[in-house]
Amino acid sequence: MATQPVTGVPGARIEISGVTKRFLTPSGEVFTAIKDVDFEVEPGQFCAVVGPTGCGKSTTLSLVSGLDRPSEGEVRVAGRPVDGIAEGVSYMFQADALLPWKTVLGNVALGPSFRGVRRKEAETAARDWLRRVGLAGFEDRHPHQLSGGMRKRVGMAAALINEPRILLMDEPFGALDVQTKAIMQNELIGLWEQLRPSVLFITHDLEEAIALADRVVVMTSGPGSVKAVFDIDLPRPRGAIQDIRFQPEFLELHRQIWESLREEVERTYARTAGVAA
Amino acid sequence: MTQNVGAYAIPATEQKSSANPGRRIARVRRAKVLAAQLLLAVLIIGSWQLLTTWKVLDPFFYGQPSGIVKQLKDYFTQGDQATEFGSYWSQIFTTLREAVFGFVCGTVGGIVVGVGLGVSPFMAKVIGPYIKIFNAIPRIVLGSIFLVAFGLGQTPKILLSSVLVFFVVFFNAFQGVREVDRNVLNNARVLGASKLRIVKDVTLPSALTWIIASLHTAFGFAIIGAIVGEMLGAQSGLGLVITTAQNQFNPDGVFASMFVIAAITLVVEFLLTRLERRLLSWRPPSPTEAAAI
Repeated sequence: MATQPVTGVPGARIEISGVTKRFLTPSGEVFTAIKDVDFEVEPGQFCAVVGPTGCGKSTTLSLVSGLDRPSEGEVRVAGRPVDGIAEGVSYMFQADALLPWKTVLGNVALGPSFRGVRRKEAETAARDWLRRVGLAGFEDRHPHQLSGGMRKRVGMAAALINEPRILLMDEPFGALDVQTKAIMQNELIGLWEQLRPSVLFITHDLEEAIALADRVVVMTSGPGSVKAVFDIDLPRPRGAIQDIRFQPEFLELHRQIWESLREEVERTYARTAGVAA
Repeated sequence: MTQNVGAYAIPATEQKSSANPGRRIARVRRAKVLAAQLLLAVLIIGSWQLLTTWKVLDPFFYGQPSGIVKQLKDYFTQGDQATEFGSYWSQIFTTLREAVFGFVCGTVGGIVVGVGLGVSPFMAKVIGPYIKIFNAIPRIVLGSIFLVAFGLGQTPKILLSSVLVFFVVFFNAFQGVREVDRNVLNNARVLGASKLRIVKDVTLPSALTWIIASLHTAFGFAIIGAIVGEMLGAQSGLGLVITTAQNQFNPDGVFASMFVIAAITLVVEFLLTRLERRLLSWRPPSPTEAAAI
């Protein structure tokens, strides 16, 4: 892919301070999803969040996006507290969030169109973005006619077309096969290096987290809180994701973080196994 | 990128030799099904005709295919003398007009109320039980009330039709709205969509699959509403023709009108299927569609 001029607004700082989120179950019981979560993402930083299943990673994301509000504490984006849907945020989910009745072009053009950009201009921008994710020529297809990896590319174009200051990714590549996943990771890093939004990236895959991120946040099992924060000082550009995994620095970081994560994973496992028994 | 989507490069010679037998097998298979279908029809109508001719079944009660055909011929050739209430065509138009009006009113009402309630969880909870109660009432009985209130004209039939249609469409629209993918909704919100744009671009198209599926059943109900309304009391319409035939102990007349109604429903069904294909053309072709009746 040819290097594009950096057009995006620079990424925004995300500050999560003392955030607790409680939900009321339909029967009236209080369920605490996350408790006293504290961490920061620097402007333009790629931050990965790892943790056992059900530790409130997704809850944290929805608080940053403004889809949900914290019960206690505060989330600040670019110095301003989040209340309601934050400007300049894009979301990518594990499941496709594409509209099946719209063409690929229509799906990518949704972002600008929702913001009141005229149809013609929105479509021009969408065409440009489809070219950037390598899907030129597929504008008139419907999502069901594409492979999983191609749908992810459409999702990426749709998320990035608004040139967000913050990109929230909730296990975006979780459902892909290993090869496709590696390709998509490389493309994501390529696009991120052009636009430099701040990224909050949730994953189960520790290797993915270390290979992609500048900072890895380890969360405890539920109610989730921050257990440790690791800064990944592997130099950039890091090259192919598949190769970096064998570097000694990578392996050392992996060992350290896994040490921290394993306890939580084992505790969660013991708890769920206990329920099952 | 070297992704081929559905593009197969078969050499021309191979294509010729491999495509033809496949096509022939498919054609033979289709012909076999068609032949069996025709045979079945001949068998059923033939045995009906024979059994009534041999008086195994009494034609006084069960009618007779030849009698029904003769009755249909009379209905359609005798002009204004065909029924006591004018030409048979005018009876068809009366019923059709009532059914179509009822269908349109019920559908629009069902979509508006269904989508409205589906979008607001609070209202859905409040109104939910009342809708269930109203649905449990045998609504066809409302025909009597409409008749008393609005007389013998077309209004009570249209009302009865719309009430029957409304519930079918309403339940599907309501369910369709609630089935909208959470991720898609959240994504649209984060991308900056207003409430109105979400309904227009996400909720409605998503519920459309459900709504359109309900229209097939709904038109059947529209016809039933119109006919039952006419049977309860009317000055014209197919329902009235049927009750008259019944009172004259003329089963052939009842069956003849019944088949005419069936034919009308089939034509509308065909048009609805065309509409469905058009509106839902984005859907992946379903493997069961060929097998569907």
